[in-house]
Amino acid sequence: MALLQIAEPGQSAVPHQRKLAVGIDLGTTNSLVATVRSGATTTLPDDIGQHILPSVVHYTSQGAVVGEEAKKQASQDPANTISSVKRFLGRSTTDIKAKYPNLPYQFTESDSPVMQVVSGEVNPVQVSAEILKVLKLRAESTLGDELKGAVVTVPAYFDDSQRQGTKDAATLAGLNVLRLLNEPTAAAIAYGLDSGQEGIIAVYDLGGGTFDISILRLSKGVFEVLSTGGDSALGGDDFDAVLVDYIRQQTQLTGDLSKNLHRTLLDLAKEAKETLSHESVANLSFEDDNKQSHKVLITINHFEKLIAPLVKNTLRACRRALKDAELSKQDILEVVMVGGSTRVPYVCQQVGEFFETSPLTSIDPDKVVAIGAAIQADILAGNKPDSDMLLLDVLPLSLGIETMGGLSEKVIPRNTTIPIAKAQEFTTFKDGQTAMMVHVVQGERELVQDCRSLAKFTLRGIPPMAAGAAHIRVTFQVDADGLLNVSAMEKSTGVQAQIQVKPSYGLEDHQIADMLKASMQNAEQDMQARMLKEQQVEAARVHETLQAALNADAAALLSADEKQAIETGLTELQELAKGSDKEAIKAGIEKVDKLSQVFAERRMDQSIRKAFSGQSVEQI
Amino acid sequence: MNHFELFNLKVSFDIDLTQVSSTYQTLQRLTHPDKFASGSQQEKLLAIQKNALVNDAYNMLKSPLLRAEYILQLRGVDLQHEQQTIKDTSFLMQQMEWREQLSEVEEQAEPLDELELLDDEIRKEITSELVELKSLLDQQTEQANQQAADLIRKLKFLYKMCAEIELKEEALSDF
Repeated sequence: MALLQIAEPGQSAVPHQRKLAVGIDLGTTNSLVATVRSGATTTLPDDIGQHILPSVVHYTSQGAVVGEEAKKQASQDPANTISSVKRFLGRSTTDIKAKYPNLPYQFTESDSPVMQVVSGEVNPVQVSAEILKVLKLRAESTLGDELKGAVVTVPAYFDDSQRQGTKDAATLAGLNVLRLLNEPTAAAIAYGLDSGQEGIIAVYDLGGGTFDISILRLSKGVFEVLSTGGDSALGGDDFDAVLVDYIRQQTQLTGDLSKNLHRTLLDLAKEAKETLSHESVANLSFEDDNKQSHKVLITINHFEKLIAPLVKNTLRACRRALKDAELSKQDILEVVMVGGSTRVPYVCQQVGEFFETSPLTSIDPDKVVAIGAAIQADILAGNKPDSDMLLLDVLPLSLGIETMGGLSEKVIPRNTTIPIAKAQEFTTFKDGQTAMMVHVVQGERELVQDCRSLAKFTLRGIPPMAAGAAHIRVTFQVDADGLLNVSAMEKSTGVQAQIQVKPSYGLEDHQIADMLKASMQNAEQDMQARMLKEQQVEAARVHETLQAALNADAAALLSADEKQAIETGLTELQELAKGSDKEAIKAGIEKVDKLSQVFAERRMDQSIRKAFSGQSVEQI
Repeated sequence: MNHFELFNLKVSFDIDLTQVSSTYQTLQRLTHPDKFASGSQQEKLLAIQKNALVNDAYNMLKSPLLRAEYILQLRGVDLQHEQQTIKDTSFLMQQMEWREQLSEVEEQAEPLDELELLDDEIRKEITSELVELKSLLDQQTEQANQQAADLIRKLKFLYKMCAEIELKEEALSDF
């Protein structure tokens, strides 16, 4: 199967009109950036021709080094060389330490993970941003212009905090995120568009640190995710870890190892894993901390026995995903393999046996995600107005609220198509109560302590009433990126309660703004300039879209007065946008939004009515 | 606009699911936020809200239980926030019997087969209750509505049983 050679001569925009957009695969082990150029989708190499950027950041007193150079430092300077940082996004320090007890990093005493490196303190969002910055720079220097936007991929199984962490990292790297896209969906786009297939496909994605399984239905350009499952902390790194344990067992290296030796063993394990992908035996030799040399022999049979339980876990998730989609193995037309760890022959063989079909591996499993993301980015940037491609993704893990007794009450079940909004009603239990604490969790388990804590927030401004008299309607809205928004209203009075959403293990908006500021040289000034530009761009966008809408539909949908009001607002906004007062522009946009809200709603309803008028109408 | 109207349907328990699914695709193409990626913030927000409504309506239309509940809600019978209990003792006895069977299934020689039998029995019950539910909803009288509400309460129990059987099955079978 050749890679996406879809040229549409009639449709491709002239070069200077084309909006530059990229797809970025921010992987646990490796990262890539890809784009669509003259009809072809390719990953972009660095100046020495390397496409893959190892997701490793080495901190020195002079700053951060990313990629291959950083990776080389991993065994010499492990404490300052952060790899597989994706595993830390949206997690608590306690979680991380429990899951990975042998990490060579110096964590500070805080709930959210912060690592002490030679240049200061860094958190996982900042480390991820360093990787993204390099890819952004690579894209801009290759393509010769500023990027309009990027689609950044995440494992489908990522929860809200992990997604938020990824988005924050992109913001910090100065990227305009068009969409967070699930990795398996991206892979399906890369394969699906190429072959023009229709039917049910399974995407098995085993990366360095995460595992995803997605079941999708392809039909007339619509990619509908039916179900998804996986484990956001299971991947090729775990294969390495069981190999390290095996090596230690064989060489009787018990007790604490030096960080350097641990790193050496990890590198050896990775090497052995690669060797065993095409040979039946791997021979390893190394020196321990006491300069004593060791030799270890690992056979393919033994390796397979070691990783069998891990692979079995992935198949269990496949089984559940099938069940969630209400399908059986026989319904699956194709199985797409994604992620470097699917290079291990045992994995491919087991997956093939499970689905009773031979898996597709024709697109480089390391590049397929970035390629799919680039195709989606190209469409979202507006370069393909006639594309009928549409991605319908699902919520990977149920969203719930903590109720009495530490139980989680599910508000939105897993595998619900997103965007989705659900409301839940609460009441007060004390007379005159004016505030209420809400704890939002994500996960399938019944007990709150077994689920992931997403946010705790306090509803304030509830009018004082008798116990049980106030009805507070809390609305959970999940957008197309899988990100949660919460709003609340007291029903009897219509009072909108303010909510402070405090992410349990993430960053707050002002922290991101602070980091962004710190990352710029002429911080305050740059920041102001950037914010002004953002408002001006949005003002221009509002003007453009609204003017087009007025030309098309004002006559049919607006009274003369309504139209006049919107036009006056637009003229005012245009004047404001010429100035340099960003707050005034923002207020101008809000005013126009308010004036045109009803118009926008009528237009959408009209478009739906038009679509139905072609059908045989069942009138009510 | 209620959820049926959004899908260009008249309010009825009997709907053509193939048509619903094709309407769903049409509505997705018109309201999905990705179709407004280069639009203004307002358009994006409106798309998210409308699209969430489309998804919610689709989930309701697909599920017989949610559909029946929604129809009753439109007729002023709200089951969403109630604490009503079932008084039908023979139904409750049957429930207890099934639950007992479920909890003792591990002790059987072929637990998975037993689970399947139990599942079949409950699903048969669900199918027959859905037929009755349809005829009650068609009557459109206050009394029939109340009877339909009772039936929905029972059906919720039955669906919950099925979900528990599924969980047990998952736990028992090492795939």
